[in-house]
Amino acid sequence: MSESSSTPDAIHSDAFLARLMRDQLKLSIACALCFVVALVALPLLNYFQPAFMAQRVYGFTLTWLILGVLFFPFVWIISFIFIKRSIALEDAEAKAAQDGLSK
Amino acid sequence: MNALLAAAGIDPWIAICSLVTVVITVGMGFWTAGKSKSAGDFFVAGRSVSVGWNASAISGEYLSAASFMGVAGMVMLNGYDALWYPVCYACGYLFLLLFIAGPLRRFGAYTIPDFAEGRYDSPLFRKIAVCFVLFIGFFYTMPQMKGAGVTLAYIFPGLPYWVGVVLVGAVITLNVALGGMKGITLVQAFQYWLKVFAITVPIFVLASVVGHYQQHLAANKTAQETVATAPAGIERKALTAKAPKDEQWIAPFGSLTTKAVDTAIKAAKTPEEKAALEANKKPYSLLYTYSLIIALVCGTAGLPHILVRFYTNPDGVAAKRTTMWVMILIGVFYVFPPVYGVIGRSLMPELYEAIGSKGTDKVVLELPTLLAGRDHPVLGSVLSGITCAGAFAAFMSTFSGLLVSMSSALAHDIYGRMLKPDSSPEQRLKAFKWAAVIIGVVSVGLGTQVEKLNINYLVGQAFAIAAASYFPLLFMSVWWRGMTMRGAATGMLVGGLLALGSIFLTTLSDVYAVQSLADLWVAHPLARILCEQPAIWAVPLSIILMIVVSKATASTIPADVRMKMLVLHAPEALGLKQEYIKEHEGLGGH
Repeated sequence: MSESSSTPDAIHSDAFLARLMRDQLKLSIACALCFVVALVALPLLNYFQPAFMAQRVYGFTLTWLILGVLFFPFVWIISFIFIKRSIALEDAEAKAAQDGLSK
Repeated sequence: MNALLAAAGIDPWIAICSLVTVVITVGMGFWTAGKSKSAGDFFVAGRSVSVGWNASAISGEYLSAASFMGVAGMVMLNGYDALWYPVCYACGYLFLLLFIAGPLRRFGAYTIPDFAEGRYDSPLFRKIAVCFVLFIGFFYTMPQMKGAGVTLAYIFPGLPYWVGVVLVGAVITLNVALGGMKGITLVQAFQYWLKVFAITVPIFVLASVVGHYQQHLAANKTAQETVATAPAGIERKALTAKAPKDEQWIAPFGSLTTKAVDTAIKAAKTPEEKAALEANKKPYSLLYTYSLIIALVCGTAGLPHILVRFYTNPDGVAAKRTTMWVMILIGVFYVFPPVYGVIGRSLMPELYEAIGSKGTDKVVLELPTLLAGRDHPVLGSVLSGITCAGAFAAFMSTFSGLLVSMSSALAHDIYGRMLKPDSSPEQRLKAFKWAAVIIGVVSVGLGTQVEKLNINYLVGQAFAIAAASYFPLLFMSVWWRGMTMRGAATGMLVGGLLALGSIFLTTLSDVYAVQSLADLWVAHPLARILCEQPAIWAVPLSIILMIVVSKATASTIPADVRMKMLVLHAPEALGLKQEYIKEHEGLGGH
């Protein structure tokens, strides 16, 4: 590591990049899985359990209530969690990298 | 004056509300035109927009004629299956947030062509990417133009569909050519709130008189129920001949997804053939549903006019907070359009019989006038005027946004980089204005051709093309170091062009009634489904091609790929972007 360089080599190492991308991708995939599972499961439930999904809930059919109303708050929850965690992750990464720099 | 309007069949309230919207929109454009001076202002609004403004502006731009009019029309026409559209529009935005928005912002490329060139150091690839801005853009402008034609034909009964398209197209083109994007940020934000107001207020008033969402839904019987039992006080008109039956309409796998097989069943000659087709009907409609979901979710990431907005935030944290607000703003909006479709089915079934600009796509505009038959004539007209104003806001804002992205692509890329690289900023600004005019004219021409097609259907097609071209490009380039320019270009071109081609075939056969194609669809309903909704094969194909070709050309991976990946992924606080730019300047790059 050269002291004179304006950016530490640690940041430019393959290990740093690999960890960075892995952590970010892990978070994104975890959040994406939540809604991908829902998007895949709902048509399957409609396909295999039509009578169950057609039962009435406050006048809606169950499947209509899920898709037409409840899905939106569900998406908000996922995006809220993602944004909170990704800001925290980014702060942690920046801090870790700068600590590496000051050493 | 009133008598004159009445004689022409024009409701003065509706005309006034619409006119006010147009005047405010155009006025704001002119007012801010004086404030945007430099070329930078024109293209990304100086990157100085606050979170609240920006979230409203993104939402304003995102909620197009498809969201405002198309979703309601399609829910009325096709029932449950159409609900996937609003849900996936919202989910698609989430997908964009999870995988693409952050890295692209850090990279600092504010259009997809910028990114394509920066990531692969290839001006050639930039040219390829620019072509798709135009392809997707034009597909996306068509439904906006249809919305304009339908709305004007509703306000001025007797006015031909194409006149509305030409009029609205001309006004918006002029506005964009004079104002640029700075003007539009402000106008878009205003239009989001106008749209929310226009979709919620009339439906609350209407529902309090004619009955609520769930009560009208309850009036439709499911396959499990033997009789339709409308709740007390809920009136329902008899369905017309072309309206889908209750049990098909309210349940999944209805007319939208089974149309191709139903057409084939009608044409089948023997009972065995019919039975064989009947057996395939449900699996095929499941396939249709999944393909539609993939197109809508992945396609959002590739809409050329949406990504640009991420760069109008001062920093990454602000960009993320903006996105959270966008999710909430658009989610709240999307609950309401289906309500119009559901109540419209009960009380305006006559719309099922009409096609083109008189069909279900205008249910949002016309539904409030029901109040006139219930002793509230003025209220009905005012509310209908409000929904018309919302529709104007919808197609005007989206069309403006598209026009800016497409004109920037023409002025920035084709003129500024290819035709005349040594042009001055003033010349480029002039080129931008000319590009806006040219694109406006082409969009109007295309818009006049699509009267027969559903607004929402057309938007779905634009999403499918984006899903097969831009989405794999962005996703793979951001997350995989091994991508090469050739791999990216092959995947994007093959996937995107095949999707474009197959969609063009279905559009051609629907609009111009091409007999040979119609015969082909009848003989092969599965082919029809896969052409109409190509995402399920085109997106994986594009990604596989990218991987295979990149592996084969691994020697051409950009030399500084690690630095590029760092810029894409490292926190902005580390300042790698500045370092990267410095390095490039040192090498004589831009």
